[in-house]
Amino acid sequence: MTRALWLLLLVLLCVAAQADERLDQTVKQYRQALQDASPAELFVLNGEELFSAKRGPKNASLEACDFGRGPGVVKGVHAQLPRYFADSNRVEDLESRLMTCMRQLQGFGDDAFPQHARGDARMVELESLAAYVASQSNGMHLAAPLAHPKEIEAYRIGERLFHRRAGTHDFSCATCHTLQDKRVRLQRLANLTDAWEARVVFPTWPAYRVAAGEVHTMQDWLAICYWAARHPQLRYGSEAAIALQVFMAQHANGGVIAAPSVKR
Amino acid sequence: MKRSVLWLSALVFASSPALLGQDDIAARAEAAFISSFAGGDAAVLARVAVQDEVQRACSEYRNSPPADVAQRLMSAQRAAIRYPAKLIGDWREGERIAEDFTGLRYSDKPGAPSGGNCYACHQVAPAGLAYGTVGPSLLGYGKLRGWGVAAQQFAYERIYNAHAFTACSAMPRFGHNGVLTPEQIAHLVALLLDPTSPVNR
Repeated sequence: MTRALWLLLLVLLCVAAQADERLDQTVKQYRQALQDASPAELFVLNGEELFSAKRGPKNASLEACDFGRGPGVVKGVHAQLPRYFADSNRVEDLESRLMTCMRQLQGFGDDAFPQHARGDARMVELESLAAYVASQSNGMHLAAPLAHPKEIEAYRIGERLFHRRAGTHDFSCATCHTLQDKRVRLQRLANLTDAWEARVVFPTWPAYRVAAGEVHTMQDWLAICYWAARHPQLRYGSEAAIALQVFMAQHANGGVIAAPSVKR
Repeated sequence: MKRSVLWLSALVFASSPALLGQDDIAARAEAAFISSFAGGDAAVLARVAVQDEVQRACSEYRNSPPADVAQRLMSAQRAAIRYPAKLIGDWREGERIAEDFTGLRYSDKPGAPSGGNCYACHQVAPAGLAYGTVGPSLLGYGKLRGWGVAAQQFAYERIYNAHAFTACSAMPRFGHNGVLTPEQIAHLVALLLDPTSPVNR
């Protein structure tokens, strides 16, 4: 009996190791593609420049921004986002945190930020900054926290919104993204409630989208999903945008950060 | 002893202000939803702000409602089906509607006719290669079912409101929600059933 249990445990460990290997393979392929001069690199370089440039009414850089590991630390921070921040008293993802720092350190006001994630030239700045900061966690395993009451609340809101059907087409995120091995037209759908798939898909945002010719962040992509699902323009940095990411991140935890990746 | 520890931890869990009850979290999620789309296209916002009975139940039950709820939803949806003068139209029109993916997004012209975008989820005619696999293949649909009145009515009702047959189906309620007109749906019926339609050739 005990022997059978040990055997089962051994088999489970082997399966887990194999899944890890598949994941590593994906990352390896990504890195190879990146070595052939990915256009996403331009956004990372642009973001790095923006990050250290003195800008805004306070003529300050973002180098003192605290992403959760102390002021000025960018290494590894994207692997622990979204998370709760005491200074803003809310859960923030990478872009919301960048916006908070741009307000606090650089003195930017509301007019510096796009209201919606789509079709606004001001997005490119945030996308570049996000690409740069995210890239500083590449190769690390995603470990988004779920401990602070506001993180738990955001998760539960995100879970509800993920399943909320509405509009003329009765769509929710779950309509497409809880299915296994299905596609819409020729686009394969990721099952975001499946740990293996979520781990491959979620930590590869922000991504350079070939069809758009620019880097899109997770928020951009959520806004595009909602547009296709016959919903209105998703507000940039909104509660829904962040809560959905908290929900997705919990399924994706353990995945390897590889951003910005190259996507369709 | 063990049981009392369990009860105690349950009590602590329930009384913690951070851990909201199910009703509270539902209200919080609705408020978050509305505020996150505020300032967007007003007409589109009006269409998603309040869920109807089907949407609410299917969200709440994660698309697997208990049998009695499913029965109730299906009969109410069925009773609301409206029909055109003729159940079967022109398959050529139907083919155009099946390909058309536009309509009712905030980027689309308000009031313009919508497409059905059937290919997003179904294989339809052999020439349409960019088809999805969320729904079953419809290739040869009429060959299997004939094109009598019963087959016409079934195909029509299924497109008009899939929830009348499968509560919490993934398929949009094209007729019920006014995405497609009854006449447009009749053209799709022709695409599926007409022996001269590419679906059956």
